[in-house]
Amino acid sequence: MADVLKRNKALSVNPLKASQPIGGSLATLGFNRAMPMLHGSQGCTAFAKVFFVRHFREPIPLQSTAMDQGSSVMGADENVREGIKTIAEKSHPALITILTTGLAETQGADVHRNVREFREANPEFADIAVVGVNTPDFTGSVETGFAATLTEIIRATVPDAKVASTSPGKRKKQVTVLVNYMLTPGDLEALRDIFEQFQLRPVFVPDLSDSLDGCLTDEDFSPVTIGGTPMSEMATLGDSLATVVIGPSLAKAAEVLEEKTGVPTFSIDHLYGLKANDALVSALVEISGNDVPERIERQRSQLQDAMLDTHFMLGQLRIAIAADADLLNAFVDLVQEMGAEVVAAVTSCNVPLLSRIPVDSIKIGDLEDMEIIGRTNKVQLVIGNSHAVDTAERLGTPILRAGFPLFDIIGGYQKTWIGYRGTRQTLFDLANLVINYSHEEIPVYHSIYGQKPADELAKFDSNNNSNKTPSCH
Amino acid sequence: MKTTKDIAALLDEPACEHNKKEKSGCAKPKPGASAGGCAFDGAQIALLPIADVAHIVHGPIACAGSSWDNRGTRSSGADLYRIGMTTDLTEQDIVMGRSEKRLFHAIKQAIDTYSPPAVFIYNTCVPALVGDDINAVCKNAQELWGVPVVPIDSAGFYGTKNLGNRIAGDAMVKYVIGTRDPDPVPLAGQRTDIKIHDVNLIGEYNIAGEFWHVLPLLDELGLRVLCTLSGDARFREVQTMHKAEVNMMVCSKAMVNVARKLQQQYGTPWFEGSFYGITDTSMALRDFAKSLNDDDLIARTEALILREETRVRKELEPWKARLKGKRVLLFTGGVKSWSVISALQDLGMVVVATGTKKSTEEDKARIRELMGEDTVMIDDGSPKALLKIVHDYKADILIAGGRNMYTALKAKVPFLDINQEREFGYEGYQGMLELVRQLALTIESPVWEAVRAPAPWKNLKPSPAVEGWVTTAGMQEVEQRKEQSPVGNQNKERCLYETPHPSLLPGGEGANTLKSTLLNVIEEVNNG
Repeated sequence: MADVLKRNKALSVNPLKASQPIGGSLATLGFNRAMPMLHGSQGCTAFAKVFFVRHFREPIPLQSTAMDQGSSVMGADENVREGIKTIAEKSHPALITILTTGLAETQGADVHRNVREFREANPEFADIAVVGVNTPDFTGSVETGFAATLTEIIRATVPDAKVASTSPGKRKKQVTVLVNYMLTPGDLEALRDIFEQFQLRPVFVPDLSDSLDGCLTDEDFSPVTIGGTPMSEMATLGDSLATVVIGPSLAKAAEVLEEKTGVPTFSIDHLYGLKANDALVSALVEISGNDVPERIERQRSQLQDAMLDTHFMLGQLRIAIAADADLLNAFVDLVQEMGAEVVAAVTSCNVPLLSRIPVDSIKIGDLEDMEIIGRTNKVQLVIGNSHAVDTAERLGTPILRAGFPLFDIIGGYQKTWIGYRGTRQTLFDLANLVINYSHEEIPVYHSIYGQKPADELAKFDSNNNSNKTPSCH
Repeated sequence: MKTTKDIAALLDEPACEHNKKEKSGCAKPKPGASAGGCAFDGAQIALLPIADVAHIVHGPIACAGSSWDNRGTRSSGADLYRIGMTTDLTEQDIVMGRSEKRLFHAIKQAIDTYSPPAVFIYNTCVPALVGDDINAVCKNAQELWGVPVVPIDSAGFYGTKNLGNRIAGDAMVKYVIGTRDPDPVPLAGQRTDIKIHDVNLIGEYNIAGEFWHVLPLLDELGLRVLCTLSGDARFREVQTMHKAEVNMMVCSKAMVNVARKLQQQYGTPWFEGSFYGITDTSMALRDFAKSLNDDDLIARTEALILREETRVRKELEPWKARLKGKRVLLFTGGVKSWSVISALQDLGMVVVATGTKKSTEEDKARIRELMGEDTVMIDDGSPKALLKIVHDYKADILIAGGRNMYTALKAKVPFLDINQEREFGYEGYQGMLELVRQLALTIESPVWEAVRAPAPWKNLKPSPAVEGWVTTAGMQEVEQRKEQSPVGNQNKERCLYETPHPSLLPGGEGANTLKSTLLNVIEEVNNG
């Protein structure tokens, strides 16, 4: 439905996009004892590491093939093989992903061959899953990098049903849940709770709620991830009752998984808003054969009440959203369900989902595009990542922080957005931003005949210019 | 403390329509069935918008603690009114008789910290009961520190919120109005071609700044507003109210005693009006011109009305299409029902019924004129009665005070708040645009459909799984899987056949009741 407007300027100003290796690393970090290795120069890894450390406020395992001048020109096959071997020897992880960067892809690297060479040369590390993924920086975004990496990990680590004699439903309570990059550790915890209320055991792939949830462990230091989906679980995905896939970007990963295992797939675009969560709950009723638990029914009606309370603030509100496609789609659904209008939709790269997002047009671009479109369309509220805070300030609107990265607030990575409860909190946050921002106030009028004390006018004028953009995370 | 005689005098308000009835219009609150505020509430609400005054509530914490920081009214500058001040009396103060002393020190502290042009002291139940002489304390403080200190003797038990409004007005007439003459007309406002008239607005609270929709028009006409009592007012403005040529009572009659007393003492004529709706705003402007008896002003007023009405009607046009034919149940308190009715009819909306609890006979006649003889007038404002009318008359929206907001929302009925706590300004021509925006916002909102529709799984047939059994479909599936893979964890296999609790098994304890209700449901569904 949406008209997708392609990039039409040379310069990207205040970029929205984060690169594919970032997404690939994030997907890898959701597996237990895992180590992502970026195939590129050291800087590729260092920037990605800072990106994650600032967002999650956690130490992040991330390695580099450290391509230098020589290997960039002469070939970096040895860097990859040596890199894998070094990681395997030093920390013996369960999973190593080799994510290519712009540098490696331009050079013409073939990481899949490098992985095969490593396998042949080092049979002693056969128990370590090593997965190469093509995630060049010059195409896609966090979203596509995440999806591609997840697809490759599934392809490499989930055995075919025939080979492993797995059969759908052998584990009567187990449901595989493929989750995209937009579900936070807080979201996954909430989602687990919902599944468990239906007497189901969810296996999240990947599971950031177990690895990047900000948990103190007994170990002082670990070179690899602590927590996340164990590799051993991947072998059992073929025994699950069903696979629930959250996020259109994971369609390919889901397809691969279903081909391999024959487990039926339930696809859900996102979990923001009443309708989206109704879809999830209906799916869980079907999968589990159980009725909807009372607690969930209650949370649903709490959300309905919150929708009534907040529709006064959110109705006809002109909103600008800058986010990758899956997240953009989720927010569009959420705010349209409340009667708000999306007057500026900006995303980072073109994906098939865009054309069916129900807005007039979507601009593939940057935060400057959002600023320009937003200003033209008199935007009243911005939804975007921490980079969009300054944009919102210039637009004179409040901002709801969402997406990647969130570096100027504490605990943004942990916020729960999904489910009836998470949605309710999001509606409250949005409504609070609106009522605490006196933007729509009737402007003060001073009568030409006024008898107000003389010192008052001057004082008021000087105070009036110090408005700061409030925000909610 | 006020004597019974004082209170009776305040209750006897010759300018109020209700006064002519056998019982006073301000009936006694009924124990167990009253929802309104007390006299202190009324007094505080009436005067708090005077923005540069230190408002001190003399009493224990409940009075100020539960009511300060009311954000409805707006100030164009001074913001001392936003600072909550109370003597927060303790048990010791009351038992040991130290509350007067505390009040005295409290006044000093307020003056020292904030240097206000005046201090208002609101008396409450406890000090009134223990016999604090706040008049004496105020007098003493004023003499000592040279700042006007005004006692507002408004103990809650004196009566209703309405009485409190009058107490407040009375205090202004008695202690403040007439203590200063107005400034000369400022240079910026002097115009050689027109005569400038001084006026007051009484009962205008500048909710959400809505009066700023109207004030520019008054400026344009050369009507100098000496004071609005009390929205965005300053102490020095209230002092000059006696010099106005005419007073307008805005909408509410709560402070009608001020208008009447100003007429008695200074001979200022007054008229009633409202700024809600196009028709009423124009009418109020015409009334100013008429009562000032200035032909030039009358002509300029007509020109301004023509210009503004044309402009706003044009801007309303696109909204009209969206709201036309929508049915409204109007249940208003302070704002005159008929004044809003004409505003809604301007938009092509249908008013199916209206509340008339606080309307005068004159108002009711006007309503009949607008809506026809057999219009539904509602006296019973209970939530149940309101909802019944909403359903019976198929209203699309309930317009009422904030108190009824959650009644409407819980019943999933669209709602518009027109009470003083609201966030939006509806006054004047410009306010109509805000009103239609808000009306469309709630009526057209997709949330109503979302909350009225049953959950998607409610449409499914009730599944026996509720009692711990596997559905037939589930059974078949399990059998199929068994065939497909005979090997498997037998223990896990059994999980699907969840054993119900013995009490739920057919024939077991409690089975009959559960079973029978369920069967009834299934039967009902089968029978359509």
